[in-house]
Amino acid sequence: MTLQTLYAIIAGPLAVLAITGFVLGCVYRIVMAVRQTASDRMVIEYFHPRYALRSIFRWLTPYATVNMRRHPIMTLVTFIFHLGMVVMPFFIFAHMLMVYEAFGLSWPTLPDVFVEWMSWAVLLALVFFLGRRLILPEVRYLTTPSDYLILFMVALPFFTGIWAYKGWWAAEWVTLLHMLSGEVLLVAIPFTRLGHMVLFFMTRGYMGSEFGGIRHARDW
Amino acid sequence: MTQQTVKVKNSIVDDGIEAGLARLTPERIESVIQRVLNREAGARLKTYARTCVHCGLCSDACHHFVSMNRDPKLSPAGKVKRTIGVMMQKKGKVSTDFIREAAMVAYSECNLCKKCVLYCPFGIDVGYLMTLVRRICHLLGVVPRYMQDTAHSQSVHFNQMWINGDEWVDTLFWQEEEARDEVPDIRIPVDKEGADIFYSVIGPEPKFRAQLIYQAAVIFEAAGSDWTMPGSPGWDNSDLCMFSGDNEMMGRIKRAHFEAAAKLRVKKIVMGECGHAFRSVYDVGNRWLGFKMPPIPVIHAVDFYHDLVCNGKIRIAKKFAQPITLHDPCNIARGMGLYEKARELAHALCDTVVEMTPNREHNICCNAGGGIINCGPPFKDKRVEANSVKAKQLFDAKAMGAEVVIAPCHNCHGGLEDIIHHYGVEMELKFFGDIIYEVMEKPE
Ligand code: SF4
Ligand code: SF4
Repeated sequence: MTLQTLYAIIAGPLAVLAITGFVLGCVYRIVMAVRQTASDRMVIEYFHPRYALRSIFRWLTPYATVNMRRHPIMTLVTFIFHLGMVVMPFFIFAHMLMVYEAFGLSWPTLPDVFVEWMSWAVLLALVFFLGRRLILPEVRYLTTPSDYLILFMVALPFFTGIWAYKGWWAAEWVTLLHMLSGEVLLVAIPFTRLGHMVLFFMTRGYMGSEFGGIRHARDW
Repeated sequence: MTQQTVKVKNSIVDDGIEAGLARLTPERIESVIQRVLNREAGARLKTYARTCVHCGLCSDACHHFVSMNRDPKLSPAGKVKRTIGVMMQKKGKVSTDFIREAAMVAYSECNLCKKCVLYCPFGIDVGYLMTLVRRICHLLGVVPRYMQDTAHSQSVHFNQMWINGDEWVDTLFWQEEEARDEVPDIRIPVDKEGADIFYSVIGPEPKFRAQLIYQAAVIFEAAGSDWTMPGSPGWDNSDLCMFSGDNEMMGRIKRAHFEAAAKLRVKKIVMGECGHAFRSVYDVGNRWLGFKMPPIPVIHAVDFYHDLVCNGKIRIAKKFAQPITLHDPCNIARGMGLYEKARELAHALCDTVVEMTPNREHNICCNAGGGIINCGPPFKDKRVEANSVKAKQLFDAKAMGAEVVIAPCHNCHGGLEDIIHHYGVEMELKFFGDIIYEVMEKPE
């Protein structure tokens, strides 16, 4: 198979498949969690949109909770990491270009240099997380092999992204690897612990509701 | 042989737990675990298990973890891993040794205090997960002996102290008589239909601290409250079945309590200074019975006293002079947000209030709550040693001048008393009721 056909497959049907898998997987996660409230009725009864949002925003704001302030470095690293991982990919020129070529849609993007630095920051953050898992006894005790695998799966698209952008050795092939690893990661989100991306809003929302609406106490 | 090693490791042998284990078969263990995991638990268990990213950020929340040399096994998520995590993974195919360990963790290494909710980015409620483990242990008949004894008492008498019907009413009359020496016309109105307030207490009050009922009567009298106490079962608002995992019995106890109040057509239930009783009436028991909110408004003593003192319904003769510090019980702080009212009340009653740190919803648990104190003598040393951070917190408050600790919860009193003793903190412990009684203008 030539590079071109491989590219066409990965950027075409596989990408569509990955995005569909991601969206359907997330919907499935949410539907399942809601359905499981059948034997846990209070979750729905106590749900309170205002307090749910209060808690969610609080926990999405850097240093807004006691525990975030107790771990200043971890908090900094976590926020940079999540911005780089969740928000940045939408604002990369090469990514926008692919959408533009397929659908004619375009939007402002970030300067490439910034993206490169952010990608390095994401990789450093992953090294930091790995270090925590290896060094802190309370984290090491909880860590399972899948946690290491997840770190690796997240690292791959960023590492290959930098590689391809820099045009290092065999950059065309690495570009394919970049796209492929991104697609794998996307599908993995709803089916692994990375699902916390969607479930965060549900668990935090519920606890915010229970604390705000019933317990009249702060949950941060 | 395996049994031997486990016993040495835990160094606590509980007769109730051992007797329960001896009756277990692998099939029974599996079917009970399956039943709880698949039929009784739902969205929260599954979502929490799926969401936890093993980050360990919940660790610092837990006094067991911090006190015991940061033992990873004692972090909130560590306890989940050691108990329900394995049960889910193995689909209930676990050994009796595993169940022994799980019971030890759930009954003696977690107070269900829910502080970890404030530390986990996802708000994962490890207290709830440990409740599920206790539920499983209860259904397997593996419950610490002393706790089960209390649960038995609640099943027989609807109070936790094996108090017979006549003993209860006798105690009320006795306290009424005592109070009459001081306030000649005072009454403890029993079964008064249509009263505003239904006052309920926990079993240990008539048994060990009857003067608290006397003090409450004087406070009610001074405030001119229209109040009553029930003469028949339903007077005890405490609930050890809630902690042992006996939800069915918990429901019956709560129903008896609400029904006693409903029968007297009262407007509201005021309860004494107890945290777990409040939890059972406001949070857990009512849910089990299908009430989102208690069917009759329930007001904790701190809330009630706050209204009396801060709205001038009783007058303060002279403020309490010794410097005090305030311990926020988890069940009314994280359970009801009463921390600000408790402070206003303390300031209204006392000259000097020293804050312990952390405080309010971040206060450190007494390590007696969640029924741990009710697991009895075998667990006492463990619970005191696993809370050295509390002793440190008290020492710090003492260094800042505090001489008296106000703890508006019976469990906290028990736990703090042991800690104060063991670590030689040398501070006095009081309820708000004690202080109010001391500083108020007494009725003639
Ligand atoms: S509920 Fe309290 S005692 Fe239990 S794990 Fe959480 S912080 Fe520790
Ligand atoms: S903080 Fe929450 S997500 Fe992290 S290990 Fe603890 S329970 Fe799991």
